[in-house]
Amino acid sequence: MPDVVVIGAGVVGAACAYYAARAGLSVVVVDQGTVAGGTTGAGEGNVLVSDKEPGPELDLALLSSGLWAELAAAVGGFEYEPKGGLVVAETPEVLTALTGLAAKQESSGVRAAVVDPEEYEPHIARGLAGAVFYPQDAQVQPMLAAARLLRASGAEVRTGVRVTGFARSGDRVTGVRTDEGELRAGAVVNAAGTWAGDVAALAGINLPVLPRRGFILVTEPLPEPLIRHKVYTAAYVTNVASEDEGLETSAVVEGTPAGTILIGASRERVGYDRNIAYPVLARLAEQAIALFPALAGKQAIRAYCGFRPYCPDHLPVIGPDPRAPGLYHATGHEGAGIGLAPATGLLISQLLTSSSGQLGSSDRPVPSSRFGSSSGSDPSDPFAELSESGGLGGSGDRLDIDVFPFRPERFA
Amino acid sequence: MTAPFEIVFSGRPIPVRPGQTIGAALHAAGIRSWRTTRINGRPRGLFCGIGVCFDCLLTVNGEPNVRACLTVAHPGDEVTPS
Repeated sequence: MPDVVVIGAGVVGAACAYYAARAGLSVVVVDQGTVAGGTTGAGEGNVLVSDKEPGPELDLALLSSGLWAELAAAVGGFEYEPKGGLVVAETPEVLTALTGLAAKQESSGVRAAVVDPEEYEPHIARGLAGAVFYPQDAQVQPMLAAARLLRASGAEVRTGVRVTGFARSGDRVTGVRTDEGELRAGAVVNAAGTWAGDVAALAGINLPVLPRRGFILVTEPLPEPLIRHKVYTAAYVTNVASEDEGLETSAVVEGTPAGTILIGASRERVGYDRNIAYPVLARLAEQAIALFPALAGKQAIRAYCGFRPYCPDHLPVIGPDPRAPGLYHATGHEGAGIGLAPATGLLISQLLTSSSGQLGSSDRPVPSSRFGSSSGSDPSDPFAELSESGGLGGSGDRLDIDVFPFRPERFA
Repeated sequence: MTAPFEIVFSGRPIPVRPGQTIGAALHAAGIRSWRTTRINGRPRGLFCGIGVCFDCLLTVNGEPNVRACLTVAHPGDEVTPS
């Protein structure tokens, strides 16, 4: 019997498996499809600190940013590019708002510098008001990242296996039932991304994770690099946080090591509709050309879409679910799942091991303050234990994150 | 019917039947690969053959990123790998 079953072989599930295995736990990963076959395989591979307001999600992003650099060295093979992000403002008003945000982010540990966009991107449109450069922004190839982390974890990966229910002992989750039989485990991690709400429902739990569709347009591979950094307009930040159900687009443009240019980003709440929406693609292309006029002569060779898993409050769900002891969630990262995966995996692994061998025990009470920020006053608070232990599994980072906003029971 | 002619691929003459694409002429001459991937250096040439995959890119008369599978060959075309 494995210590942990992880549901979902996307990048978040892979990071959970990797850090859990590194903490000495035996792990089995199941996925209804393939490795990175869901939202992980449909993104750009963003590892961003630039697009987040100061707060717990930014803290998670900063921790993750450092962890991705470590993983690139320790695991590698997933096109990690610490190339930095350039956020551009078209007007002086937007630039004022952008530099104001950057100043707030800097006080949270983000590095940012007001720069001349033409100096950083020689092919960028003339006449922009200005830009802020974020050197900590990076990019990975997300499918390779998930695959490499899974392989490095040594976990048993079972693809094409659908979870159909949970094994329970009273309230307690003691494993998963699948279309290939029951799999008992000390704990179960729900890292099913956009489908995590459906998985939670199998345990009788409300977890409002919903799909927010996004398209990416891909150009032909260019002979010469046209774009050096991850470049996006300041409107992206407001779109990410928007409550609007209608179509929103903002230019997010970057090159890949294969020579193609990836053009995003759109956001719409249209369920799981996979039909190509040409008006969306046309807008993405227009906005990208406005930012990089030289793209006008290039061919778009394909487009793809994916479904970001979002929660109504736009925060991820990370941690044990007191409604089903033994079940942990690691989902709801919306468009930031690639970037936030390592910190999420590390957090989950620390939670799984924090009761020192008590994994699977049901006799510990679940105090309401369990997810309080690191006051350390509650001896049964696993997060407090994390904070007190200081080190993060040898990474040298201190887990100093207010995880209260991520707690699953906010949807109870 | 127009007479067969030649194009030049990296200095080598390649026979072409009128109407053939550059990709078809290279393939008929036994040339299967004219590009490598940037990261792992793996060989690439005709894959889909219908203009979709952009794997068969090469340079024709100085113009880069031309799809061999869609581009009809003309007498004297100078073709080089991308």
